[in-house]
Parts: sequence; C-alpha cells; structure tokens
Amino acid sequence: MDLVVQGIVRAAGLLASGDREILEITLLSLRVSGGATLISTVIGVTLGAAVALNRFPGRNIAVSLINTGMGLPPVVVGLWVTLFIWRSGPLGDLGLLYTPTAIVVAQVVIAAPIVTGISLAAMQNIPEKLRFQILSLGAGRARYLALLVREARLPLLAGVMAGFGGALSEVGASIMVGGNIRGYTRVLTTATVMETGMGNFEVAIALGFVLLVVAFIINYVLTSIQQRIRS
Amino acid sequence: MAPLLEARGIRAVRLGRPVLSVEEFSLGEREFLSLVGPNGSGKTTLILSLLRLIALREGTILFRGADVRTVRPVHRYRQNFAAVFQEPLLLNTTVYNNVAEGLRIRKRGGEETEASVHRSLERFGISGLRDRNARGLSAGESQRVSLARAFAVEPEVLFLDEPFSSLDAPSKELILRDVESALGESQTAVVMATHDMAEALRLSDRIAVMGSGRILQAGPPDELMRHPADEFVASFFGYETILRGAVEEVLEGSFLVSAEGRTVEIAGSAAPGSDVTFSLSPESILISREPLERVSARNRFAARIDRIIPAGFYFKVHLNCGFPLVSYITGHSMGLLDLREGEEVHCAFKSTAVRVLQMRGLQGGGGRQ
Repeated sequence: MDLVVQGIVRAAGLLASGDREILEITLLSLRVSGGATLISTVIGVTLGAAVALNRFPGRNIAVSLINTGMGLPPVVVGLWVTLFIWRSGPLGDLGLLYTPTAIVVAQVVIAAPIVTGISLAAMQNIPEKLRFQILSLGAGRARYLALLVREARLPLLAGVMAGFGGALSEVGASIMVGGNIRGYTRVLTTATVMETGMGNFEVAIALGFVLLVVAFIINYVLTSIQQRIRS
Repeated sequence: MAPLLEARGIRAVRLGRPVLSVEEFSLGEREFLSLVGPNGSGKTTLILSLLRLIALREGTILFRGADVRTVRPVHRYRQNFAAVFQEPLLLNTTVYNNVAEGLRIRKRGGEETEASVHRSLERFGISGLRDRNARGLSAGESQRVSLARAFAVEPEVLFLDEPFSSLDAPSKELILRDVESALGESQTAVVMATHDMAEALRLSDRIAVMGSGRILQAGPPDELMRHPADEFVASFFGYETILRGAVEEVLEGSFLVSAEGRTVEIAGSAAPGSDVTFSLSPESILISREPLERVSARNRFAARIDRIIPAGFYFKVHLNCGFPLVSYITGHSMGLLDLREGEEVHCAFKSTAVRVLQMRGLQGGGGRQ
C-alpha cells in the first residue's frame, strides 16, 4: 500500500513541477492519436456510409469484417504494420519504421474499423423514409450525404470518441512500430509500460494519470458538443 | 393536351415479390388525384416509383411527354416535385431550416429563400415556430412544417402519402382547410394516397382505387360511386351489403333476383337469366320486432341479429336473413326496440333502395341504375 501512496505523492510532485519530458510525451500522444483519429474519421464515416447506404454482393461479409475489425488486438496490428514497413517489406522504402508516422498508421488501423462500425450502425439507423424524404426534396448525392451525416451526428460523434479512445489507449502496436524511442516515438502508453517495467512507479502513475486526464478532457469536449446538438 | 405525368406498364418488385403493376396512370395539369386503397395496396409504392425513389422492373414514366429516364442526374427530375409522408420526417434542425432546405437544394437566392419560407410559414400558421427545433413539435405542428416545406418550393406535382392519417380529427380539419386554401392559390397538381374515402371525395378531381398493386378503377368520384367496377371498389365507397344473384322473373317495373336462397325484388328492368351484383345501403334497412305486413317495402325477411356494433351516433346491426345484411339504427331506435345479439327480428327494404352495381348477360333494354 505504501508503494501506491508514495507513488501517487511523487507523481503529483512530478506533475506539479511541470516535468518537461512528461509534457513532450503528452503532446506527442495527442498529435499522434489526434491525427490517427482524424484520418480514421474520414475513412470510417465515408466507408460506413457507403456500406450502410448501398446494397452489393458480399455486403454481409463486409459488415462482418468491419465488426471484427472493431476488436482488432493491437499487437496483431503492430505485427502486420511492422511486416509491411520493415526495411525489406512491401513499404520498406518509405522508411516509416520507428517513426511517429508509423504509430499513426498503426493507430488508424485500430481506430478506423471502430469509427466505421459505429458510423455504419448510425447511418443504417436513419429511417429509410427520412432518406426518401431527403431525396424527394431534390438533393443531389453530396447534399444527400451531408444531410445524412448531419442527422446522424450524435452517434457519429460517439464513434469518433470511441475511435480516439482506441487510438490513445493502445500500447502494443505503438511499441512495435514506434520502438518507444525517447524524445521521438515515446508516447504516454509506451512510456507507462517502460517505467513500470523499470520499477519507476511514481513516473508510471504520473503518466497513467495524465493519460486519463487527456482522455477525459477530449471526451468531455466531444460530449459537450454532442449534448449541445442533442438539446 | 398531354398529361403532366404519365406511367405505362410499370412494375416493381420488392424482396422477390411483385408489389406494383400499373398499366396506365396519368395526371393532368392542376389535377388532384387520390389513390385510395387499403394498406399494402401499392399506393406508396406507386408514389415512390413516380418520384424515382425505387427502381422499376419495367415500364415507362413520362413527365411532360418526355421519358424520365432521359433526365440525368435523377435529382434534377425530382426537383419538379415535393412529397409529404405520413410521418412528418423533419430534419433535426430549426423549423426555418427545414422549410428552407428544398429551396437551398434548388439553389434559390438568399432573398428568394427568405421570402418563400416566410410566405409558406405564414400560409400554414407556423411563423411563431420559425426558430424552434423541428423535433420538439407536436404531430400537428410537425405536419404543418412538412407541408410548408413542400409548398415552399412551388412543385409542379405534390405527392401526399397519407399526410393526415396520424392527426386527430380537429387538427386534421384545420390542416385540410389550409391545404385547400394553399392549393387554391397554386398551380400544383397533386397525387394523394389515402385510405380515407371522405378525404378523397372532398379534395379530388379523380380517384384511383388500388388493390394488390394495381389500379382497379379510376375516374371522377361520382362516376366511381355510381358505377363501381367490382365489389372491392364498391366496398370502398361504403357499400356494406353486396350480393350477387340471377334474374328469375321480370315483373312490371321490377324484377326478381334469386340470391343465396332468397328472392329479392329490385326496381328496374332486366332480362331473365342475367347475373346481377347489387348492394343495399345500411340506412335503407328497416328493423322491426313484429312482422312487417302492411308496408310499401317489397322485400321483407325474418332475420337473426349476428352482431351489434356501436358506431358513435348510431349502431351498426349485422343481420342474417339467409344472406348478410347491415342496418344502421339510431340510439333512440335501439333503446325503443331493445335489440340483442342472437334475437330473431324482421327486416324490410324497398325494391327502389336496391342499387344494381353490375349486370351481365343483359339482353335488350335496361342497364345500370
């Protein structure tokens, strides 16, 4: 118990002193996971809408694949992204291994199916008659999609939040493709794993706390937007 | 003059099942056409087909004489129309934005949009709701917004798919009046789906009765009422008792028809052996506890009361006198006669009260009455 109390007290001290390294790790986490969420949102909403609004052969298989993708194990993602960007791999020439970009790619692979799955459900939930009503107003393809996205904005925002959560909290893929390089690819989750392994519990607790606070703040902002729309 | 909107031999299939098979449909300029039929008769499917919202298996739709498949992109074609469905189907935004959406889609200028929205909100008495979110409105208010949105774009054809069926009677009456007044000021033709014949009779220039995805009969309301094509159409015009029989004997000024083991005298002329389909209006059936001997009614039968159904100001009494018969009687008469289900009574109707719907095998004079 002493270990925990001591850890919390020293973590509070570290945070209060504005530790530069923790700040840099936090900012990198935000940049990487924020970027991954942004890309995942574009991919996920587009793909989710396309599958939800169209009928095509193999659609059930596509939906099952998306739903399976929502629970992809990060280490499996890390393994496959590593294989692709390994120096001798298909994308090896891009030199992405052990870079922040590699982490973004891995996190997109994790978060995009989450956003896609929730977007798909959200768009499918829009009653067919409302879709007919929008089309009968004379809306072209772009306006039709824009109005549907606006109608489904509440669950779509939930999808974005879930995607961001998935990206920010994963650790396996980030370690494998980023390498946890100090000052370059070290993010909050990988740093927490490393510090715990080294027995530096106070730093690990401080990093874990920051991770929770960051997740809370981002989700609070998105929830506020969501609830304002709702009311 | 060529019809505004026409359809020829259109067929639609849903989940492998044929849901629409219409040989001919036409709508004239400024015409109000009602599609009347029970649920599942194909009214909505026909409207969705005309709006090109569902794919047709075969057939042609012409708008102002041109095949609509030549109009691309398809939303340009739809911009000639507006639709109001049974549920108001409003967007999750303000009333103003809902009414303005169709105009924005048509890329009308800001000032024109503002003026049209203002006019349409005024017309339907909802100017005060302009900045409210449309999702928080009552059913009546929502349907007014939906109608205001449709009228704002001044469509060439307005499609109304059971727009009043979810409203209570007073709200419906008020909205109907507003719609009548709005139509009076516009050049819009209307196709309205409804299962309420009273609505259809009130508003329509023509009525098309639909069943099993087909148009069974179309024409002016009085023509359909006088000469329904079959029993299904007749039932939609309130004919409760529809019977068939063969002419047994021709008398002077009337003839006797054998129907379900009983003989019915019908005023008019007919050829012996003709097959007759006839109906009796419930208002013309008399009920008595005593045998009706010295009355002018030529048709008198003993009957059993099968069911008594309260229907507001009157009671609907289902009788069985060898064939089923429905009679309407007032609450006062019901109190006086103290009728109960299962009791034996006497009923009568005049030969002139019988309406011949169809007569086949008719030779020589006479005809539909």
